[in-house]
Amino acid sequence: MANIVRAIGDRSIRAYIDPERGTVSRELYVNDDIFAQELEQIYQRCWLLLGHESQIPNPGDFVVTRMGTEEVLMVRDRKDHKIRAFLNSCRHRGMKVCRYDEGNTLVFTCPYHAWTYDTKGKLVGVGFGNYANAYTDTLPTGSEEWGLVEVGQICNFYGSIWATWDPKAPSFQDYLGPFAESLRHCLQSSDGEDAGLEFFTPFQRHRIPTNWKVPGFTSVTDLTHTAMTHRSAQAAGLHEDRGTGKETAKPFPQEKYAIGDHNLGHGGMCTFYDQLGVPDYANEWFEPGVDDYFRAQTERKKLLIADRIMPPHGWGGGHFAIFPAVMVDSWRIRYYHPHETGITERWSLFGVDKNAPDHVKDAVRHYAERFNGPVGFFESDDMENWNYVFPASQGATARKYDYFYRNGLGHGKYDDRLPGVVVNGSYTEEAHRARFSRWLAFMEAKSWDDLYPLNKSANHNIWPGVDGQASAKA
Amino acid sequence: MVNVGGKQTMLEDLILQHELEQFCYLEARLLDERRLTEWLDLLSEDLDYWMPMRRNIKFGDWDKEFTDHHKEINWFDETKDIIAGRIRQINTGVHWPEEPVSRFEHLITNIEVVSEDADGIRVNSKFHVYQNRLQDEINQWVGRREDLLRRDPDTKFKVVKRKIILAQNVMLPKVVNTFF
Ligand code: FES
Ligand SMILES: [Fe+2]
Repeated sequence: MANIVRAIGDRSIRAYIDPERGTVSRELYVNDDIFAQELEQIYQRCWLLLGHESQIPNPGDFVVTRMGTEEVLMVRDRKDHKIRAFLNSCRHRGMKVCRYDEGNTLVFTCPYHAWTYDTKGKLVGVGFGNYANAYTDTLPTGSEEWGLVEVGQICNFYGSIWATWDPKAPSFQDYLGPFAESLRHCLQSSDGEDAGLEFFTPFQRHRIPTNWKVPGFTSVTDLTHTAMTHRSAQAAGLHEDRGTGKETAKPFPQEKYAIGDHNLGHGGMCTFYDQLGVPDYANEWFEPGVDDYFRAQTERKKLLIADRIMPPHGWGGGHFAIFPAVMVDSWRIRYYHPHETGITERWSLFGVDKNAPDHVKDAVRHYAERFNGPVGFFESDDMENWNYVFPASQGATARKYDYFYRNGLGHGKYDDRLPGVVVNGSYTEEAHRARFSRWLAFMEAKSWDDLYPLNKSANHNIWPGVDGQASAKA
Repeated sequence: MVNVGGKQTMLEDLILQHELEQFCYLEARLLDERRLTEWLDLLSEDLDYWMPMRRNIKFGDWDKEFTDHHKEINWFDETKDIIAGRIRQINTGVHWPEEPVSRFEHLITNIEVVSEDADGIRVNSKFHVYQNRLQDEINQWVGRREDLLRRDPDTKFKVVKRKIILAQNVMLPKVVNTFF
């Protein structure tokens, strides 16, 4: 195994990426030391998705979610009704405070020695000690320091809930940069109303025996995988089960690209619309009446943004990834929680217009259940490929041969329509490369002070061939 | 052994139990011998095939354990058409999680006839499905089924409704590529 000094700011990690060749060492995917560093350098700092406010509508509601390898309680407080998030680990001696998936509660009482926390995470009881010099029924002095460990920052972004452990991280809005409008767009209902989605419960959760970066860095903008990986769905005519009677909508002037923000790590598929407003709705549902609903919604949305250009992602624009591992595909969100170097838990969330009629909600739900996740027609083929990447990359021989990320290297350009983002052909690996630029920045940074956008003058793009001044349009 | 209708003789009960057991074993054999299209023929046209997700709940919160069949996300919520599509996909020979083909063994046990009425025969059973794949991939699913079967002149019975209660919270196998 490569010898990696586990020190913050250690520069040796840079040697595992060869920007000129466009390659990345397999050590990044199979090395336990690197995995441990990622948990510190990336998962302790980045904004991570916790869930959606619709999961916990009432005071006292809670749901167990994850941040990286750790469980987190997302709770709506009984008094101020605010959403907070806490590590699911008792401050006494570390027991899981809550082992239910979700519920409604007054307090969380630890099943070990009964330390008890309210829905603000405050320690409000320490159990049954009645002896002098032991715990007493009254709280020990200093008990305010012994509340549940709370996240550093939390943000409700149009209904979706995000958190970071790091109080020094920039605001979530700044973290998203030019992708904020895209995420906002994806969380709108199909008629363009902000925060217009609710999310089906529960999320699909399943384990894949692979490194989190295999799907996390790759799956969102990997157009070259589709024809081969998803051959069986094509051959079995399963796509046609959705969207029978497909009609082509009036063409809308647009350009499609793969894009990557090397300073923020986000990127994916993108559509630049060269016309104001919203394109006509194209049929894509098999179930009766569903296309009628979405067509009427689209007509309302047309009125709403007739004088604007649509954001480049969401609702037909293409999907994108938020660093480190959230994939946003309009109302479909997938994210990847690392468990171990070679074990990842994949969560899928599916949104639907809050105000949609039942027959529409049913159709969307059936699509979610049947096409996605471990049982899904489509995604089951992805799982097999993502899985066996790991054992086939792990061996002493295999790990000496770097992964190829050269597709489109040197052909990227900046574009005024998304400042700071590199735009490249839609079949290129531009978004993958951007993820590695950002990955390296995190792995080398001593703190958020070294990381854009607090350090706005930094350029973290490690790959050659982008002229910082040029514009794809010019 | 119960006298399900109250009208039958013990012998009729025994014969019914025997026929239902044979039917369950036939299903398992067709699945394991990769005769999926023949298995499909044992499902009724109005099939309702449902595997809910299961939550970690408090003792007594029984109504919160299973996901709502018609409002929440379930592992399976299928009609016969959808299952036919899955079988078509496996039979393409390019469905990678089942290519090369796995070795499945469906063990069916605890077959209990619950009742028979105008809707059909209610039968409960348990399964242990073992998948052995490539060299060393092993996946297992254990659970029980609550079936509604209907008598059928060609295949003896057809599955009309099947609720599959899987002993699992997070789906631990990466893919579910068989039927229960
Ligand atoms: S570990 Fe929670 S009360 Fe002791
Ligand atoms: Fe895919």
